[in-house]
Amino acid sequence: MIEETLAGLATTAPETVEPQVLLATGHADGYVTQRGPTGNMFVAFNPRGISFVDLGDDAAAFEAYFVELFDRPVFRVTRLPARLAGALERALATNRLGNLSIDWSGMSEFQQTVLRKTAQILPGEVRPYSWIAKEIGNPGAVRAVGTALARNPVPVVVPCHRVVRNDGHLGNYFHGTKVKRAILEAEGLDVAALESLATRGIKLTGSDTTNIFCNPTCRDARRTTPKHTVEFRDEAQARAAGYRPCKHCRPEVAA
Amino acid sequence: MATDTVGLVNGRLANNLDGAFPDLVRNLQHGVYSGVLRMVPSAADAEDVTQETFIRAYRALSEYEPARIRELNLRGWIWTIALNLCRNAARTRSRRPRTVELVRDAFDTAPGPDALAIEEADLDYWSQMLAKLPPAQRRAVVLRHVVGLTYDEIAVATRRPPGTVKADVHRGIKKLKEVLA
Repeated sequence: MIEETLAGLATTAPETVEPQVLLATGHADGYVTQRGPTGNMFVAFNPRGISFVDLGDDAAAFEAYFVELFDRPVFRVTRLPARLAGALERALATNRLGNLSIDWSGMSEFQQTVLRKTAQILPGEVRPYSWIAKEIGNPGAVRAVGTALARNPVPVVVPCHRVVRNDGHLGNYFHGTKVKRAILEAEGLDVAALESLATRGIKLTGSDTTNIFCNPTCRDARRTTPKHTVEFRDEAQARAAGYRPCKHCRPEVAA
Repeated sequence: MATDTVGLVNGRLANNLDGAFPDLVRNLQHGVYSGVLRMVPSAADAEDVTQETFIRAYRALSEYEPARIRELNLRGWIWTIALNLCRNAARTRSRRPRTVELVRDAFDTAPGPDALAIEEADLDYWSQMLAKLPPAQRRAVVLRHVVGLTYDEIAVATRRPPGTVKADVHRGIKKLKEVLA
């Protein structure tokens, strides 16, 4: 029967149709792998922007983790959409989010504010959680800042590794303190020197030629020669010695 | 797929478009592709048209009021979009540039060279047979017997009265029988 022959012409759509449609309509994310600060990095995106970043080499594990977190499919693609690729490259090179779109849709207003502030910390520098809390006008929210950063879906792009414990020790990172240390060292931070200060209870450093005090990793502080560097335990001690806070790193809000 | 399942998807789409849309794609993609494959020049065109059909459907649905979605003859409506794109594919054969390209290694169902050759030969043969029908009859025959739409759905898809559609199917089948005899 001709009708049966025609019915037999029914076939299945190529496996790529569903992913392409879901990607184009924002019901699935695409991802690429690229060089990260310590090896391979996965970068996922959707029509709203960069949605998720992870470090690692195991694509299957990355996909499984993504689905668990976001409850939507993720598919590997050959390259980022042009507009994201250019903006991401510029963001990583200049350490400014610039016009890079981030998918903020799953985040609270508070978490967005924390992450945007964190994105302003320059490579080679770190700031304590309390500094972020005070900079965003919410000095009591130090724990909440910690939580918001721990749940940063776009590490590296938003450099949550540049936020450290209030006592100056490195603190936690989603891939462990070891990875946090490696990334910071790759950015030119002298982690051993920072930890030495932390161990001795030093939170601020100043210059006896300018009488200005800074966060120890501030660009200006690092220009001071050891001979002229003065160490302070806190803001009160620095003020008492006749020092004023640096206008670039605004350490008074961290003390 | 069964019509009542489509009805169910209809209600879910109206209530929660983004939650239900992936299921709509999953359920209807094979029918759309099977039919489109018989109306465009190549399998690559069929893949493009199928994708574009669902992308356009989503954009339209996100503008519709829930009440309008609930009343849609979903398969018929999807096919109005697909038929339009088929006409354009035949006219321009221009492929829509994609913003992203899937890494295809991840999809292991690509047919081997032999299967591909058989598929191509089969596609050519049936395309030639169906090409002998006037466009309206060809569309009606493919939608009725390859895709499995109801006459009402085809009427919506082709914007023709159900009676005319029915006549097109019967005349088309009769003509195919003569050609194949």
